[in-house]
Amino acid sequence: MKEVELNTTTINFGPQHPAAHGVLRLVVELEGEVVQRAEPHIGLLHRGTEKLIEYKTYLQAVPYFDRLDYVSPMCQEHAFALATENLLGINVPERAKYIRVIFAEITRILNHLLNIPAYAADIGAVTPFLWCFEEREKLLEFHEAVSGARFHAAYFRPGGVHQDMPEGMEEKLFDHFKTLPKFIDDLESLLTNNRILRQRSVDIGIISKSEAIEWGCSGPVLRSAGVAWDLRRSQPYDAYDQVDFEVPVGKKGDCFDRYLVRIEEMRQSISIINQCLNKIKPGPISIEDNKITPPKRNQMKKSMEALIHHFKLFTEGYRVPAGQVYSAVEAPKGEFGVYLVSDGSSKPYRCKIRAPGFAHLQTLDHLSKGHLMADIAAILGSLDIVFGEIDR
Amino acid sequence: MIKFLTKIDGINNVLENNNLLEIEFEKKNIIKIFNKLRDNTELNFNQLLDITAVDYPSREFRFDLIYILQSLTKNKKIILKTFIKENENIESITNIHKSADWYERECYDLFGIEFIDHPDLRRIMTDYNFEGYPLRKDFPLTGHTEVRYDDLEKKVIYEPVKLIQEFRNFDSESPWEGMENKLFGDEKSTGEN
Repeated sequence: MKEVELNTTTINFGPQHPAAHGVLRLVVELEGEVVQRAEPHIGLLHRGTEKLIEYKTYLQAVPYFDRLDYVSPMCQEHAFALATENLLGINVPERAKYIRVIFAEITRILNHLLNIPAYAADIGAVTPFLWCFEEREKLLEFHEAVSGARFHAAYFRPGGVHQDMPEGMEEKLFDHFKTLPKFIDDLESLLTNNRILRQRSVDIGIISKSEAIEWGCSGPVLRSAGVAWDLRRSQPYDAYDQVDFEVPVGKKGDCFDRYLVRIEEMRQSISIINQCLNKIKPGPISIEDNKITPPKRNQMKKSMEALIHHFKLFTEGYRVPAGQVYSAVEAPKGEFGVYLVSDGSSKPYRCKIRAPGFAHLQTLDHLSKGHLMADIAAILGSLDIVFGEIDR
Repeated sequence: MIKFLTKIDGINNVLENNNLLEIEFEKKNIIKIFNKLRDNTELNFNQLLDITAVDYPSREFRFDLIYILQSLTKNKKIILKTFIKENENIESITNIHKSADWYERECYDLFGIEFIDHPDLRRIMTDYNFEGYPLRKDFPLTGHTEVRYDDLEKKVIYEPVKLIQEFRNFDSESPWEGMENKLFGDEKSTGEN
């Protein structure tokens, strides 16, 4: 019998590793420096969000969504708001739809402005990180102006948005998004033709069209493989059917394509925001039904009815008709879905969160097989992994 | 599309709701149905988005098992639902959809539903050596154990949960709504509210 000598090394990558983008424990089997098998151990950030939501009213559940993928908070509130509205059978006013689209796109830019430099940092570039964080800070000020919070906004609520944009905000947004394309050009001049970035990302972690679909990939990962699929286009929600934008697709599905798709998505987002700012008109920002959205504070001072509504909404909450629904949005990382089951009470019976990163991380073993250990950092960075949403 | 779906054996109910189709099926037909849904060119549900369950402790068939599929070519989503008892298991669909691997592990971890022929059915979300199935309705929100770092023993230790204040679940549901307000002679009450 022939003797086979196994010469593999097993190492632990993480759970505390700067390139793991959070708390990922990877058990990597190496032969020399070549990856044979990479097995992610997840769940180190599991907080039981889905269980907690079952004990909260629909309104109290909103802030949990900020804390899932904590770099793109508003897009996730969006999915939950759409699911609840769908069960309630209500339609949000026009202005709220535009505000939501504007802020969902700002969130997308915010997310990509973190992912791109973090990815670049993983493979050796430091400057983009500093540049992008400055730019992110400016965008977070818009978050703060409408919701009072930079990250955990709880701004998109079932029935509309929490409050209107402050006066003069539209002009400020308009002015800001005149300067942002220049910044993206500068960022690209730093990265796109950079020799090191190309060497570390071209032909690394290739995923083919059919594999991407099979593995449940969505968002930039699916598009980089050449599938022109974007929920904003194919199943438009809110005001996305009113705006015109392009869906960038890649050719090869490697790390570099994913990077390029994200850069182009930021440009498209700016164009969407500009179109929305041109189309948005004054009007109500949430449905005017005090059984679902709370009355205004000055009404509460005068009207007994408003006071009762306010009290009931913040103790019991509103009841949602029994049923089940699955609503998905195109979050910056991919398809973020909420499967909501209501039993007719004021608390969700079951709320399943479909996180895009969960499906993407699953492909890691497949993507990194045969690559070098150092490429794992590049692949992880290009998949845009955030553990808040994967572990839930 | 609904016509094609109703032709498949083992599918009971087909409902259409906006862009979303809802289907109930019997669990013994699962492999056949998922193969048909993927391979039939009229359906082409080639992407598995999610697998999850809903727990109804009072029912004989305790769990609703939910599969969400998407067809990228037909631009449709479909929710497939089947019912299983507490100690029953179901065939894994990892051979049909690769992404089912982790989804089934998650379902096993949080609900305790076993999948036959799954390549690697281990817990995924919860801690190593965790006991119980957290998303079942009879699992307490606070859990059973808590962890802390013990400075004397220099390690993390597991202890039963001690709550300083008992867990309070306020029932603020109004008993009034839904009651028919029939007061004879009080016609005003049926007018505007």
